[in-house]
Amino acid sequence: MKDGKEYLDELKDFPAFTEKEASQKFCETLDHLDVMQINVGKLCNLHCKHCHIQAGPDRTELMDKATMDACIAVFKNNGFKTIDITGGAPEMNPNTPYLIEKATEAGAHVIVRSNLVILEDPEYAKYIDIYVKNKVELFASLPSYAKRDADRQRGEGTFDAVIDMIEKLNEKGYGVDEDLQLNLVYNPGGAFLPPNQEALRAEYAQKLGSEFGIKFNNLFAITNNPIGRFGDFLKRSGNYKGYMKRLINAYNPAAVENMMCRNQISVDYDGTVYDCDFNLALGLPANVPGNIRDLTDTKLEKRKIVFANHCYACTAGAGSSCGGTTAEE
Amino acid sequence: MDTYFNPEDLEQFGNLGEDTPELWNKFMEYYGASMADGALTAKEKALIAYGVALALQCPYCIDSYTQALLEMGVSRDAIFEATHVTAAMRAGTTMAHSLIMKNIVNKLEF
Repeated sequence: MKDGKEYLDELKDFPAFTEKEASQKFCETLDHLDVMQINVGKLCNLHCKHCHIQAGPDRTELMDKATMDACIAVFKNNGFKTIDITGGAPEMNPNTPYLIEKATEAGAHVIVRSNLVILEDPEYAKYIDIYVKNKVELFASLPSYAKRDADRQRGEGTFDAVIDMIEKLNEKGYGVDEDLQLNLVYNPGGAFLPPNQEALRAEYAQKLGSEFGIKFNNLFAITNNPIGRFGDFLKRSGNYKGYMKRLINAYNPAAVENMMCRNQISVDYDGTVYDCDFNLALGLPANVPGNIRDLTDTKLEKRKIVFANHCYACTAGAGSSCGGTTAEE
Repeated sequence: MDTYFNPEDLEQFGNLGEDTPELWNKFMEYYGASMADGALTAKEKALIAYGVALALQCPYCIDSYTQALLEMGVSRDAIFEATHVTAAMRAGTTMAHSLIMKNIVNKLEF
C-alpha cells in the first residue's frame, strides 16, 4: 500500500490548485465551523474499488474512548453542530455506540456513513435500533441502481444486501419519517465525473421504487478522488493523466467557496486533526495546534486549509463534498 | 504526423474555429442547442449521438460520447444496448438496400 506522500508527489505534475484565483480567495476556513467528521477506524467488511481510505478487513486502526471523549469536549467547546461518523465501517469499532450516545447527549446532529451490508451481520444488527433511538442520519453508499454496476465496485452480493437492508430500514421509519433520514451516496464506477445530482436522484427514486419498493431521502453525488485505491486503479489502467485533465478542465471556481473543508475538521482514529477525509488519507494534518486530545480546552481559530492537487476532485463540475454537490455547473 | 487519428487531437476540436470563427460559432450554437434538453432529454440525445458516432465510425465522437454517457449516469448495459441498436440498423439498412438489387434482378431475369 502506497503512503500519502507518494500520491502527493505524483500529483505535483499538474498545474497547482493553490495558484487558482478562487483557491486563493477561499483558502481559509469560515469563522465558525459546523461539522466535526470523525473517522473511527479503517477496519471494514468491504474492500471497495474507489475507497480513498483503503479500508478493508485487514486494517486494524480503531479509535479509542479517550479520543472520542476529546472529540466531544472539542465539539462542545467550539459550538459545532454536527458529528459525522465515518470509517471504514464505523459499526466495526466497538466504541461507536459510546460515541453516538455521547454525541447525542452533547446535542449533536449525528450522521453515520454506513455501508449497510455490515448491518446484515447478526453481530452488528443491534446498530439498527441504536440508529433509530438516536435519530442518526444515515448516509449509505450505493453507486448504482443496477446490481451489476454496484457489485463491480463494491463486491459481489453487496447490492442485494443493501437493498434488503434499506427495506428493513424503511420498515423502521428510515426514509419515511422526517426525523429518520436515509441518504444514498453515488460515486462514479470508474474514471469519469458524476452526473447531475438532481437528475440522478429522480432516476434512483424511480428505479428503486418501481423495482424494489424502497424509499430514501436524498442522493448525493461524490467525485472519486485520485488517491488511495482509486488512484491506484487510475495508474494501473492508464487513466491517471486523462482523469486529472478531466478534473482540472472542469475546475469550477464557484464550487470552491462551499468546499466542505471550509466548515469542518476531520479527526482520525488516533486523534490527528485534518481538514477533510482526503487529507486524512494522505496524512496532511490541518493547521491546528496539536492532536484532538491536546485541544479540549482550546478555541479553534480560523485556519489556512492545506490544499494540494487532489483538491481538484472537490471543485470539478458541480463540486463535490461528503454532502454532495456544492455549486451550479 | 504519424497517424491520421490521434486521441490528443480531440482536445484541439475547439480550435477548429480559428480560421472561420463566424461559421464555427454558428455551428457551435446550433450544436449546443441541438444537444440541449428539449422534447428529448440531453441523455436521450447523447445516446442518439453515440449511435451516429458508431455508425459513422468517428473515433473522436465515440470517445467523447462514451465518456459523456458515463458522466450522465448511463449504465454500461444501456450503452451496449445502444450499440446493438446501431448494429441492427446497419444490418437493417443493408437488407433494405438489397431491395434495389432484388428489383434489378427481377427486371433483368426472365
